[in-house]
Amino acid sequence: MDAAAGPAVEIRGVEKRYGAVQALAGVNLEVRRGEFFALLGPNGAGKTTLISALGGLAIPDAGSLAILGHDVRSAYREARRNVGIVPQELVFDPFFTVRETLEIQSGYFGLRDNGPWIAELLDKLALASKANANMRSLSGGMKRRVMVAQALVHRPPVIVLDEPTAGVDVELRQTLWAFVRELNAAGHTIVLTTHYLEEAQELCSRIAMMRDGRIVALDTTANLLAEFSERVLRVKLGCELPATLAATARADAAGWWRIPIENTAHVEDALAKLRAAGATVEALEVAEPELEEVFLRIMRREALVA
Amino acid sequence: MSGFRTLLYKEVLRFWKVSFQTVAAPVLSALLFLLVFSHALSGRLEPFPGVGYAQFLVPGLAMMAMLQNAFANTSSSLIQSKITGNIVFILLPPLGPGEIFAAYLLAALVRAVAVGAGVFAASVWLIPVPVAQPLWIAAFALVGCGICAVLGILAGIWAEKFDQLAAFQNFLVTPLTFLAGVFYSVHSLPPFWQAASHLNPFFYAIDGFRFGFFGQSDVAPGSSLAIATGAFAALSFLTLQLLRSGYKLRN
Ligand SMILES: Nc1ncnc2c1ncn2[C@@H]1O[C@H](COP(=O)(O)OP(=O)(O)OP(=O)(O)O)[C@@H](O)[C@H]1O
Ligand SMILES: [Mg+2]
Repeated sequence: MDAAAGPAVEIRGVEKRYGAVQALAGVNLEVRRGEFFALLGPNGAGKTTLISALGGLAIPDAGSLAILGHDVRSAYREARRNVGIVPQELVFDPFFTVRETLEIQSGYFGLRDNGPWIAELLDKLALASKANANMRSLSGGMKRRVMVAQALVHRPPVIVLDEPTAGVDVELRQTLWAFVRELNAAGHTIVLTTHYLEEAQELCSRIAMMRDGRIVALDTTANLLAEFSERVLRVKLGCELPATLAATARADAAGWWRIPIENTAHVEDALAKLRAAGATVEALEVAEPELEEVFLRIMRREALVA
Repeated sequence: MSGFRTLLYKEVLRFWKVSFQTVAAPVLSALLFLLVFSHALSGRLEPFPGVGYAQFLVPGLAMMAMLQNAFANTSSSLIQSKITGNIVFILLPPLGPGEIFAAYLLAALVRAVAVGAGVFAASVWLIPVPVAQPLWIAAFALVGCGICAVLGILAGIWAEKFDQLAAFQNFLVTPLTFLAGVFYSVHSLPPFWQAASHLNPFFYAIDGFRFGFFGQSDVAPGSSLAIATGAFAALSFLTLQLLRSGYKLRN
């Protein structure tokens, strides 16, 4: 196969067991070149294990993985040159400053005069003022951004971010995503995991959902949202949520309540409950489902199957 | 390869930034040993004809300090990286097992040579020691410290906690280096302990190292170098296999 035309990431039949835990139970997945791809799943689904296998940090028990056609084991040098991974765990080397950390990381990739790109990374990730600070003295969010910069020192065509926004404040989260979008627009393939599903919905064109070491859903974001014909009744209340709706309703960021509805009978039922409780409805609309609702539905469905 | 050079540079910088602990402290403790033992045991017979006990002690103590610091450098660097998790920054780049191995090994040799030179430079002021054959000195220093550096890599790969590493050091490396004939010539030992000493690779390293200074040794230096080099090669082979397999590092 022509490596230049193949997928950015190709994962075939990957299995990994840790003692009694089957962390990966036969994962098949392709990420196309230039995609902005999300890997979602609850805690312990196997996302980090899969990313570790991709970066050669964990050797799978079965199956194969390739980056831009380079097998991560038999052609590990090419594979690793083509991928930049931001690990989930916050780790750093306390012996060095931010700039030393990035220069050393560049050197590991054989890049000796990487100063201009390092300066750009520091700038884009709002780290320029900390360039000469020791890693130990940085806050958690700053350390996380240094890890992002470390993963990008060699301008990898494929960038994998394992929960890059955990512990990063709102403003810098926006800065980070703006930068990652820019990289994606410049042709880099992006794979990310996050527990902030609205981030995934907004950024990613395609999504895989994992549970118990398996891919349980894989489609474009638009199709996943459309597949769930279910709509949502959005209401703004001037009072507490009636107890009768507590099991189904969910608050959104704007402080409205979202009540899933599958048909008109559900709408009538919800309105009846609001009326019965004497709730004051200040505003009301029928809205599109959000990724979070789709995600919860899929995970519930999988729990029944399991 | 440039990746290898960077890792070597980083490993040297790591101990050099704290050289007070990693170089100056071991030099001082070797000097204290030298002062105490050369005084307490100064009435003893000459270990070799024409070589006083204090003189005999200088190369042995220098070598013991070098061996222990070569081990300390590789093992502590690896275990710290594993426990803090920053080993991922070495595992993610395209560094091959041979490059990782060679960088850790050479950085440990740099530290060992710095310590050995420090011990020697400081002690010759007190106790003059001849330098008969500098090439033998260099060869035994490198092979002996190489064995310890590789043992340190092995221990660093295997150990998951600091106390496991300490056990490896306290129950293997320290006894083997201490009982390798630093403080005595093995000819002065009872036959059983003489035979036991000949199973210890560090005995050959120290005996040959000392030959470089005095031109006299318990074992012919050529045989000692062959045995020590064999031990180094065997341990290196094992360690490279483990690095290649990803044992405990890529799981
Ligand atoms: N080194 C390890 N040793 C033992 N078990 C492990 C190891 N790494 C992962 N596991 C187990 O494998 C399973 C998958 O873990 P993984 O970290 O891949 O999940 P995840 O999807 O990344 O979860 P999270 O969203 O919490 O990060 C979990 O049950 C976990 O306990
Ligand atoms: Mg994870």
